[in-house]
Amino acid sequence: MLLNQFLILGAFLFAVGVYGVLARRNGVMVLMSIELMLNAVNINLVVFGVQHGVVSGQVFALFVIAVAAAEVGVGLAIVLLLYRNRTSIDVEDFDLMRG
Amino acid sequence: MVAQNIFFGIIAAVVVVSALRMVTTRNIVHAALYLVAVLAGLGALYILLTAEFIATTQVLVYIGAVMVLFLFGIMLTKAPLGNVMKMTGPQWPIAAAVSVLLAGVTVYSLIDHFGSDRLANDGPVFRTAHVSDEVFSTYIVPFEAVSVLLLAALIGAIVLARKD
Repeated sequence: MLLNQFLILGAFLFAVGVYGVLARRNGVMVLMSIELMLNAVNINLVVFGVQHGVVSGQVFALFVIAVAAAEVGVGLAIVLLLYRNRTSIDVEDFDLMRG
Repeated sequence: MVAQNIFFGIIAAVVVVSALRMVTTRNIVHAALYLVAVLAGLGALYILLTAEFIATTQVLVYIGAVMVLFLFGIMLTKAPLGNVMKMTGPQWPIAAAVSVLLAGVTVYSLIDHFGSDRLANDGPVFRTAHVSDEVFSTYIVPFEAVSVLLLAALIGAIVLARKD
């Protein structure tokens, strides 16, 4: 197997995640796209760990998974709070700080 | 080697199609299910890379906990389940251009730098025991920090989502 086939898959998933964050209007969908980007990073960590014969890549991937879980918890709580206060999770509605 | 490449092709096709459908589908529950397909495919890729513990964690944490959290989020925010709400904003052509540009630059530099480097397949295979040895020796301080982070995130989520 080539090193690049994994890295290019990761790059593609990251770009798809960026598109989701930028284009989607639903707050929950934005969070899901962020998860996609974090997973794309995990592929790179594991693949480089295999390539260099070190276990640190897998450990770093574990840390990223833990941080992603924490991020989803807080992020969904924020989306829930926004929904309660504004009765909408459309990110286009949240422009109170627009200059 | 050939078998690994065939399985990589199958898994990568599933992952790519599911990821694209996830950011383009108009039904948010379908998007969540496509995300499950992407995460499961990545778990299979970790098995292919002999990272068994990461694959298990992927299934337990992502497909288990995070997806349930997402489905609860979808239900609690009463997001329109059908095609009622327009899911993609008017800025989507710019977003598509940005992500195509990003993918182009990244893939170009990857091909330029790594070319046709082969994945080292004679290296050591790290089992769960090796990963836990590393976590509880070299990375013990970051591990404890992550524990505190998870606790803080838990308390923060409860405080944010409380009714009063």
